[in-house]
Amino acid sequence: MKSNKIFISGDEAVAQGVRLSRPHVVAAYPITPQTITVERLAEMAESGEMEGEYMHVESEHSAISATMGASSVGARTFTASSSQGLLYMAEGLHYCSGGRWPVVMMNANRSVALPWSIYGDQRDSLSLLDCGWIQVYVEDAQEALDMIIQAYKIAEHKDVLTPMMVNLDGFILTHTYELVDIPEQKMVDEFLPPFQTPNKMSFEEPKNLGFSSKPDDNTEFKYQQNEAMFKAIDVIRDVDQEFAEKFGRKYHDMVEEYRCEDAEVVLVALGSVCGTIRVVVDKMRAEGKKVGLLKIRYMRPFPETEVKDLAKRVNAIGVIDKDISFGYEGTVYTNVNSAISKIDKYVYKSNFVGGLGGRDITKDEIEEMFNKLFSGVENKSEEKVEFFSLNVESND
Amino acid sequence: MDRPKKTEFTFPTHINDYPTGPQYAAGYLPETNAGWRSVRPVVDHDACVYCLRCYLLCPDGTVVKDNGKITFDMDYCKGCGVCAYECPKDAIKMVKEQV
Repeated sequence: MKSNKIFISGDEAVAQGVRLSRPHVVAAYPITPQTITVERLAEMAESGEMEGEYMHVESEHSAISATMGASSVGARTFTASSSQGLLYMAEGLHYCSGGRWPVVMMNANRSVALPWSIYGDQRDSLSLLDCGWIQVYVEDAQEALDMIIQAYKIAEHKDVLTPMMVNLDGFILTHTYELVDIPEQKMVDEFLPPFQTPNKMSFEEPKNLGFSSKPDDNTEFKYQQNEAMFKAIDVIRDVDQEFAEKFGRKYHDMVEEYRCEDAEVVLVALGSVCGTIRVVVDKMRAEGKKVGLLKIRYMRPFPETEVKDLAKRVNAIGVIDKDISFGYEGTVYTNVNSAISKIDKYVYKSNFVGGLGGRDITKDEIEEMFNKLFSGVENKSEEKVEFFSLNVESND
Repeated sequence: MDRPKKTEFTFPTHINDYPTGPQYAAGYLPETNAGWRSVRPVVDHDACVYCLRCYLLCPDGTVVKDNGKITFDMDYCKGCGVCAYECPKDAIKMVKEQV
């Protein structure tokens, strides 16, 4: 296969993925650290390199509204946001999933105020887990580009018709440069045919938008949305397989296991920190310690089967959350824990809350987490939520 | 232009009978609103000149062109009186509904 690698940032990789997917309408409002993506798209629209319209909107709320409107008349649409901008969209996110409009969005994961911070964590998107969007988290710029293309194919599938959010860690991925393979347009066109939907509004086949429904019907629409999300699991698998056959890159569907075959303790994480964990796993494996990584790719739909399957094989699972649901625990942990509770076996668990507001999660810290899991199993320690790590002494 | 035809609505009995999301083919009017009405329009056909102002202005599209005569789809008339107010020949009177 001919390679066409260029040296670009994660933000630029997303823009390339969008261009190759041939959206009719892009509507987005710039926000750090997503800005470069929408700047590139605006340039591509102006130069004609991308055929779609770039709509200048006055806010994120308008961005999601514009993409929904365009999607309802059969357009392929894209928007992008981050942090406060994503939260400003929140009302529209529910509208969009309820309307079954397969809008694709890039979210640059960033901390939310207060205190204000432009740096990364995953509290923005994880706080919106219930808004009915498919959520995928990527590990590098290549995966970001590839997942934009896959996202259209998944979201627009007739059994799914659900919007999809592609999450990449702010700065760590958006602003770092990598060699990224840019697929040929012809191959992307073969992989991703134009958007077809039975819901398309047109003069030939007028549609009504049933804007409201009474208690008699509302539950049925929500049931449908939930069903579609579960059906997406098969579609995600098929699309990833077809993508691998076409482009030679496979992302292991819902999760990726790294050196978990005979692992005793495993760390579970989302996004770019998985790259660091791989390095630590390799180091500890070389020392004879049976450690592994479970990279969760999709938070919705949730990979319950895969988490249960792994839990049956290991003694301890630690979950790294770049997130905290104040007053309880990290959201990823809550979800993982729910899956583990459904198997008939005790697994020692621990929740490591880290990387908040852009603080690095270091290799040393990851090694310490693995060691805590080993000692937790051995000493039957209390399972708890631990901030990893505070720079000062605490009362704990 | 003729009033679009109303498609017969049957209530779903299976989840698959629902449209995918709240977008569906136009023409269904599953709920009537005759119950909102306290007065109903009555046409004096001798005075009516069939100008169709009422047809164009009825907010609920309840005016029916019936072989050169105006009739109303009383399932959907809310009794607002716009037709009577707008009629240039005062051919429509709003009459109190009998309870």
